[in-house]
Amino acid sequence: MSGVWVWLEHQDSLMAAISKETISAARQVANNLGQPLTALLFGQDVAGVAAAAFDLGVDAVIGADDPVLATFRVSAAAPLVVDLIKERQPAVFLAGHTSTGRDLTAWLAADLDAGLVSDAIQLAVDGDRVVVTRPVYAGKLLGNIRITEGLQLITLRSRAFPAAEATGQTGTAEWLTVSLDEADVPEKLIAFAGRDGGVNLSDAKIIVSGGRGVGGPEGFAPVQALADVLGGAMGASRAAVDAGWVPYDHQVGQTGKTVSPDLYIACGISGAIQHQAGMRTAKTIVAINKDADAPIFKLAHYGVVGDLFKILPALTEEFRQRLGK
Amino acid sequence: MNVVVCLKQTPSTTAVFKVNDGVVSWDDPGGKPQVLNPWDEYSVEEAIRVTEKHGGKEAIALTMGDEGAVESLRTALAMGCSQAVLISDPAFAGSDTLGTARVLAAAIQQQPEVQLVIFGKQAIDGDTGQVPVQVARKLGWTPLTFVTEISAISDGAITVTRLLENGKQTVTTPLPVVISVVKEINEPRYPSFMGIRKANKATIPTLTAADLAVNGGTGAAASKVDWSNISTLPVREGNVFMIEGATVEEQARLLADKLFEEKVI
Repeated sequence: MSGVWVWLEHQDSLMAAISKETISAARQVANNLGQPLTALLFGQDVAGVAAAAFDLGVDAVIGADDPVLATFRVSAAAPLVVDLIKERQPAVFLAGHTSTGRDLTAWLAADLDAGLVSDAIQLAVDGDRVVVTRPVYAGKLLGNIRITEGLQLITLRSRAFPAAEATGQTGTAEWLTVSLDEADVPEKLIAFAGRDGGVNLSDAKIIVSGGRGVGGPEGFAPVQALADVLGGAMGASRAAVDAGWVPYDHQVGQTGKTVSPDLYIACGISGAIQHQAGMRTAKTIVAINKDADAPIFKLAHYGVVGDLFKILPALTEEFRQRLGK
Repeated sequence: MNVVVCLKQTPSTTAVFKVNDGVVSWDDPGGKPQVLNPWDEYSVEEAIRVTEKHGGKEAIALTMGDEGAVESLRTALAMGCSQAVLISDPAFAGSDTLGTARVLAAAIQQQPEVQLVIFGKQAIDGDTGQVPVQVARKLGWTPLTFVTEISAISDGAITVTRLLENGKQTVTTPLPVVISVVKEINEPRYPSFMGIRKANKATIPTLTAADLAVNGGTGAAASKVDWSNISTLPVREGNVFMIEGATVEEQARLLADKLFEEKVI
C-alpha cells in the first residue's frame, strides 16, 4: 500500500474550496509519509479542474469524464473508486466532510472493509498511520483517532486546513476509459433548486448569526446587512429557525451545520451548548448580547453588552467606511 | 411495506464529561444522562408519518446498545412506533461504525416486508454519520442521505429531496432504500400520555449474536478505528475582552480595531 489520494469536488468546472483545502492537508501527509499525492477527479468536462489540481501541487490526476458522472451520485461513482483502490492500493484516501465526501467514504469503508474517520480538524503522521484530531461529544472533547490497519479513509472539516496555493506546475492527467450506463444508476435526478444567494456557510470566512434576541424575521435585516458588508454569510441559532424566522439551511449548531469561519459574530444568541457545538472551532468569536451573563460570553474572544439593534448598524457603518463599500 | 427506524441512545447534550486515561465517562446531575439521539427524533417521527401518510404498515424501532438503550426504544414507542427491538450482546460492544452496520443490517433482514430504513443524520456523541450508508451497502440497498422531504412512495419507488451544500436535490429511486434525515424534514410530536403508558408496558424483545446471522466482524476486536485517546479541550473560559465605550459608535470603532488587528477581516 502506498500513495495518498484526494477526492476532488467541483461545480461548473471549478474546483470546490474544500478540495483546495484537502489538497494542502494531503500534501503534508504525503510529504511526511514520503509518498506521492494523487487526485481523483470524476465528472463531465473537468479537464480544467485537472489542470488546477496540478497547479495546486498534486503529483498525478486520475480522471473519469462521462455524462453519467456529471452530477455526483454515490451509486455511480463509488463502485469505480472501489475498483480503483483495489487495483492500485493507496495507503490514505482524503475527502471533504461534505455530502459528497461523507457518502463516498462511508461506501468505500463498507465495500473495502476499511477504517474511516470523519470530520478531521488536524492531521499528524506517526509511522505509517495518520493521527486524526477531531471534536467529539458535541465538541466538548477532542478525539485523537487512528485507523489501526489497512487503508485509511478520512474526511476533513471545511476551513480547518488552509487552501493549497498555486505552484505553476503542469501535468498530464490519466483519463480512465469508463463505460457507464445511465440505466445502471438507481438515483434519478428530477430537480435541483440552488440555494437562494449568499455564501455556503461551511465555506464562509465570516459568519454573522442571529438568535432569539433578534426578535423576529425582520430582526435579521441588520444581521444580514453586517454579513453583506463583511462579505460573509448569515447564520442563525436553532431558536430562530424553529420560530420560522429564517430557513433551516442557515442553522448553526448541533442539529444544523458545523462551521469554522475565521470570524463568527453571534448576535442575540445566548450560546447554549447545542449552538457552541456548531461554531466553537471558529478562530475569532464575537458575542453581542444584552444579557451580560449569557453563556456565549464564556466562549467569545470579544464581547459587547448592549442592544444589537443599535450596535449592529453602528458596526455595519464602521466597516462600510473602513472597507470603502 | 414496513419501515425500520434505527436509533441510538446518546449522552444528553448537557452531560458533563470526564476523561480518564483517554476513556470517556459522563453524568448529567441535572437531568437524564442518556437520551434518544436528538437527530433520531426526526427519523422516528418520519417513520411514523410514513405509516400514516404513505401506506406503511408497521414502524419498527431498532437500536444496538446495552440494556439501558431500551429507554430510547420506549421513547420511540411512546411517540407512535408500533414495534421495538433491542439488539444487545457483549460481543457487539466496542464495534466501529462498520461493525455496527453489519449488526443492524442482519437485524433489519429479520424484519418482514421492510422496504425503507430511516436514520437520523448522525449521532451527537461520535458525530460520524457513517452508519446509514454502510447499512445500505451491507443490505445492497440504495442510500439517500440528508433528506428534507419524502414527497412520494409509490409504484415501488421513493421520491425524496436532499439538502446539499449548494441547494436541494430531488431524486427518485426504486425501493428498497436506506435514508438519513435532517431536522428540516418534520417537527417531532411529543409522546402522548396514552403512548407513554403503552410504551412503559410494552415487552421489548432482545436479539443477541446467537439470534443474528451477522456477516463479517463486530465488536472491539474487529474495530479498525482506535478511539482510545480522547482528551479535554483547552479551557478558554474567562478571557473574553469586553468592548466598552460611551457610545455604540465608539464600541463599533474599538471592535473593528480589534478585528483588523486579528486579521480576520
